[in-house]
Amino acid sequence: MQMRSWITPVAWVALLCALAALLPTMAPLFSWVEPGTDNLVYTRDSFWFLLQSHIWLVLVSATIGSLVAVSAGIFVTRPAGRDFLPLVSQIASIGQTVPPVAVLALAVPVMGFGEKPTFLALVLYGLLPILRNTLAGLGGINPTVLESAKGMGMSSAQVLFKVELPLAGRVILAGIRTSVTINIATAAIGSTIGARTLGDPVIAGLVNGNTAYVLQGAILIGLLALATDSLFEAIERAWGRAFSI
Amino acid sequence: MIELKGVTRRFGDAVAVDNINLTIETGEVCVLVGSSGCGKSTTLRMINRLLPRTSGEILVDGEDINNADPEALRLNMGYAIQSTGLFPHWTVARNIGVVPDLLKWPARKRDERVSELLTLLGLDPATDAIKYPHQLSGGQAQRVGVARALAGDPNILLMDEPFGALDAITRENLQQEMLRIQRHLNKTTVFVTHDIDEALKLATRIAVMDQGRIIQHDTPEAILRRPASAFVENLIGKGDRGLKLLGLRTVGDVMARHLLPSQSEPLVEVLKETDSLRVALSIMVWQNSDELPVFSEAGEAVGKVTREQLLQGGA
Repeated sequence: MQMRSWITPVAWVALLCALAALLPTMAPLFSWVEPGTDNLVYTRDSFWFLLQSHIWLVLVSATIGSLVAVSAGIFVTRPAGRDFLPLVSQIASIGQTVPPVAVLALAVPVMGFGEKPTFLALVLYGLLPILRNTLAGLGGINPTVLESAKGMGMSSAQVLFKVELPLAGRVILAGIRTSVTINIATAAIGSTIGARTLGDPVIAGLVNGNTAYVLQGAILIGLLALATDSLFEAIERAWGRAFSI
Repeated sequence: MIELKGVTRRFGDAVAVDNINLTIETGEVCVLVGSSGCGKSTTLRMINRLLPRTSGEILVDGEDINNADPEALRLNMGYAIQSTGLFPHWTVARNIGVVPDLLKWPARKRDERVSELLTLLGLDPATDAIKYPHQLSGGQAQRVGVARALAGDPNILLMDEPFGALDAITRENLQQEMLRIQRHLNKTTVFVTHDIDEALKLATRIAVMDQGRIIQHDTPEAILRRPASAFVENLIGKGDRGLKLLGLRTVGDVMARHLLPSQSEPLVEVLKETDSLRVALSIMVWQNSDELPVFSEAGEAVGKVTREQLLQGGA
């Protein structure tokens, strides 16, 4: 019963890995879209390498982004940080209106080309949905629940870890899910400024007018996004079951 | 014993509680009654330091509460509120066990305590313990709220309109149980309500509050007989205060007791010795009789009560 919700993400991940490994052998298939060329499969790097580098970039930036955003969200909802709450929640909602490409473009002059500016852009842009959801999740808890938690004799830390975070967890997870999904796409654009990602075949295909390359990159990016999204859905369900909310 | 000495609480320029003095003896039920905004909840929340006081002193067993660690203080004060504040992500059992857990009781002792309390409050330890708060009716949730307040075996109980949001019948039941539990446990209780009938029913002494001040602090009978001001008189209602007075005493206090209790045929509407004189009078009027047999909880005939005795008892 509980294992069933993990079947979908596992299937997506399996399909993703299979394709990353087998795409080079599927050259005949791509001759349909790009007849008359010999370069039917992107070969400058292996798809495996690009997939790993892509995932690594997103994973590290999402981890840093989540830690920073959740800590900031917790800080501004404590008595000590409450003065910063209006400012931070404003930044969180305004920041969302800036497109990720703009963040990427702005990072280049500061840090030059390569992985670093992509990394910075991913962390910064990934912060916002998590921060917004952390604030919404913590702010959405019934105040009488917090009052009674305190009245029972819980310390501030106990209220946070036993009551607030479990209750807000699902909303925070949804924020991380949005952030990671967006960043999988944003990381691909990172290829334009020199990061090694699944965007490489797409960019190469666009530059050389090779639709097969574009397709190969796009299919893998799409699958990665779908696999990640369904993984998060399963995690959110498991969280809901664990705390029955 | 809880003592409030010259306690004041201001919110900005507004004075919520204005220089009140109140002593609550060990084991007594002190009911703070008044209309909303009179400062009764504020007073309660200052006792467990959910609100700091602006000035004055609050002593528990002679110790100023500001000298104690606030968490340790609250662990020894059961707290139940109108909206229950149950933790929605925990089962009933875990909700009730929260204070024992915070006190680091061994798991077995905690579990025994939880099922003992579920039984005490008329809930089923087998089926209700594993439910989540959203699966409970309003009355059940309030019972769980009260059980949770009692769980750590605190010396003091603070209750802020715990039965406020319930229908009349459920409220009546819970008040009865509250009285029954109080007879067993004898906790020093501060109970806040806006319902004067609830106050008269549960209180050892009532503190009537208005605009942050205590207008009168006395036993229910004294409040009914000698209201200190027009405000108190209004609050208790002039029309039926005689009946309310009858409501304070039980049939057992005034009846003529048989030498030996005897087993007898159960009647449809029996008068028990724990019923109030008010109930006895109502049954008498309804049955148009001058004398009623009185039964014990066990169903034995233990005495009889006449209309004369009733009216003298109320006078």
